[in-house]
Amino acid sequence: MPDQLLFAAEVTLNGLMAGVLYALVALGFVLIYKASGIFNYAQGVMALFAALTLVGIMDGQVPFSHLINAIFGTEVHHFGWHVPAVAAILLTIVVMVVLAWAVNRFIFRHLVNQEPIILFMATIGLAYFLEGFGDLMWGSDIKKLDVGLPQGINLWIDETTYNAFGYGFFIDNLDIVATVIAALLVIGLVIFSQYTKQGRALRAVADDHQAALSVGISLNFIWVLVWSVAGFVALVAGIMWGAKSGVQFSLSLIALKALPVLMLGGFTSIPGAIVGGLIIGVGEKLFEFLIGPLVGGATENWFAYVLALLFLVFRPQGLFGEKIIERV
Amino acid sequence: MILRLAALALAGAVAAGPALADLTFPSLSYRTGPYAANGIPFADGYADYFTLINERDGGIGGEMINMIECETGYNTEKGVECYESTKGQGSLIYQPLSTGITYQLIPKVSADGIPMHSMGYGRTSAANGKVFEWVFNYPANYWDGASIAVKHLLEINGGDLSGKKIALVYHNSAYGKEPIRTLEELAKKHGYELSLLPVDHPGQEQKSQWLQIRRDRPDYVLMWGWGVMNQVAIQEAANIRYPMENFIGIWWSGSENDVLPVGEGANGYKALNMHLPGADFPIYEDLKTYVYDTGMAAGAGDQAGTVLYNRGLYAAMLAVEAAKKAQEIHGTSAITPAMMRDGMEALVIDAALMESLGIPNFGPEFEVSCDNHGGSGLGIVQQWDAAAGTWTQITDYIASDREVLDPLIAEDSMAYADENGVDMRCE
Repeated sequence: MPDQLLFAAEVTLNGLMAGVLYALVALGFVLIYKASGIFNYAQGVMALFAALTLVGIMDGQVPFSHLINAIFGTEVHHFGWHVPAVAAILLTIVVMVVLAWAVNRFIFRHLVNQEPIILFMATIGLAYFLEGFGDLMWGSDIKKLDVGLPQGINLWIDETTYNAFGYGFFIDNLDIVATVIAALLVIGLVIFSQYTKQGRALRAVADDHQAALSVGISLNFIWVLVWSVAGFVALVAGIMWGAKSGVQFSLSLIALKALPVLMLGGFTSIPGAIVGGLIIGVGEKLFEFLIGPLVGGATENWFAYVLALLFLVFRPQGLFGEKIIERV
Repeated sequence: MILRLAALALAGAVAAGPALADLTFPSLSYRTGPYAANGIPFADGYADYFTLINERDGGIGGEMINMIECETGYNTEKGVECYESTKGQGSLIYQPLSTGITYQLIPKVSADGIPMHSMGYGRTSAANGKVFEWVFNYPANYWDGASIAVKHLLEINGGDLSGKKIALVYHNSAYGKEPIRTLEELAKKHGYELSLLPVDHPGQEQKSQWLQIRRDRPDYVLMWGWGVMNQVAIQEAANIRYPMENFIGIWWSGSENDVLPVGEGANGYKALNMHLPGADFPIYEDLKTYVYDTGMAAGAGDQAGTVLYNRGLYAAMLAVEAAKKAQEIHGTSAITPAMMRDGMEALVIDAALMESLGIPNFGPEFEVSCDNHGGSGLGIVQQWDAAAGTWTQITDYIASDREVLDPLIAEDSMAYADENGVDMRCE
């Protein structure tokens, strides 16, 4: 096999893996948009907040310690214990459920029947609030996230491909784990929405709010539920991205990676988020590999949006989005 | 009631404003946003040094320091707003800790007559004092950094880099692109092959760049990064098992924040520095006595001894020494920004001075002059010891290659002078 072809194959595989990570972020957007029509600008910050909370709980960090110390003149920073990763993840899920309840109770319950742009603006406010709240609660320092996920080159793939082609492929163990988790997450979401009472209620609300209300489905409950599920997805995304770079405030910017995925896959489709993520991941990596050197490199950020816009020209609703037909 | 409220408001305004005789040092800091983790230790070190001078020495020449902090969020527009809102308060010197803000402020400080010090960042050719009257970038700039890195590589390769491959992984911004020209010129001189790998902001995804490094196998990788780009790059280097001792970052890619998240994988990573790391200096005893133990430490008080905290201390120390020099030159303690500029231009930092300040050998010795606003251009190489969790100085201060850099600085600054109609000084 020619070297360039081998390199392209390696780049493609890594693009698929990167695409899965983008899709993990995009999933959270899709869940909320599908159920409530809200484009949640705060999804990236939710991933940051979830990861911060997870590390804080694991390390036994005292929440709001800087504030407490400043007011009371104390010097408390840590409880002195270390919480195992699984227990910390469960506790973080509880925090994200409480956050989901609070978001609906204090923001969106007061904005029922408002224009979509108002709801969108509310999520921008939520993003800024949550970022500051996370800072106040857990501090701004960069935190190492260690939940036991493997990281670094997968030696089996490296050796197998080397024996087969004379060139060992690099695939990061963390990316493989992310792919497996994303697959499990999607299967779990499909089972939840197809085979559980709450899931069916959620689909009913997504199809028609008023019809769902008329058959006794509580919109409040469903919205708390969907924000909780989006919070859980944000936690998964936060863990994966946080393991790569440490948990820090730039984690909120991963939302930028999800936007072209949403444009391409559609805002209302879970399979669309996955397929969109894969197309963007492979597309941007291959473009950088093939064309990047000719134009000075660093093409990935803008190419992802160009690719998404090209799709929009032919399918404005995205690959899997619902076609909007309005009667006049 | 209204009268009482008005009296309270007036009292508050008087208390909040600076006393007229104070020396005002604005701190354009960033304690929020994606780069807060780096902005906080610098801002804390900067503030703590001024607090120390006030508490221990009673200010500078009897004048208390009034530090006014303004949050920029590492955002250029906010940085300019901070400048505009603080310049009227008698601000003596600006140190914006951002290349983007520095570029925006160069014409403003030149017009307003307020000196700006971009220590190890900003516009490199501002080292030419003949063109940039109000801008200083001592003790070293980006081009010095590029040259120091190459000199270190020459040293460990027996003085010969011909045929070697060096890759530059850089933030795809004005900051990250700064060393390219210098590295290209040095490549012509030393015969190494340079490849360029830009990383788009913020740098969370660098798989393409590191796959290319894995394919091309450069002998050395240099990095001009900031924020999350640093941690991801070091993690990716560890993932592809790139030898860490061959990976060298500029001084903005060499703090604890950059290596701690990577854990053991970052062991052996090198970075340049313009001052020494660690807290093993007599000044820390004074800081403990006058600042930490009295509850006057800035921020959470948990940054002492980190690389960026030391850099904040160093930046404040250079500002204080320049103010002392200005007072000495003009024979008055109540100096103006123009006098401060004179003090900066006459600044001499030598071993005896650093010893007396409780920071022996902390930074390079250097002199500033009318035509040289860039100092001596010296830097060290430090290496990360993951087990100990410390940076270790592994070289003495290395001098940059003036033969290559001086013509580049002259060329770039003269182009600026032509574009902006600047009259030459120091003739």
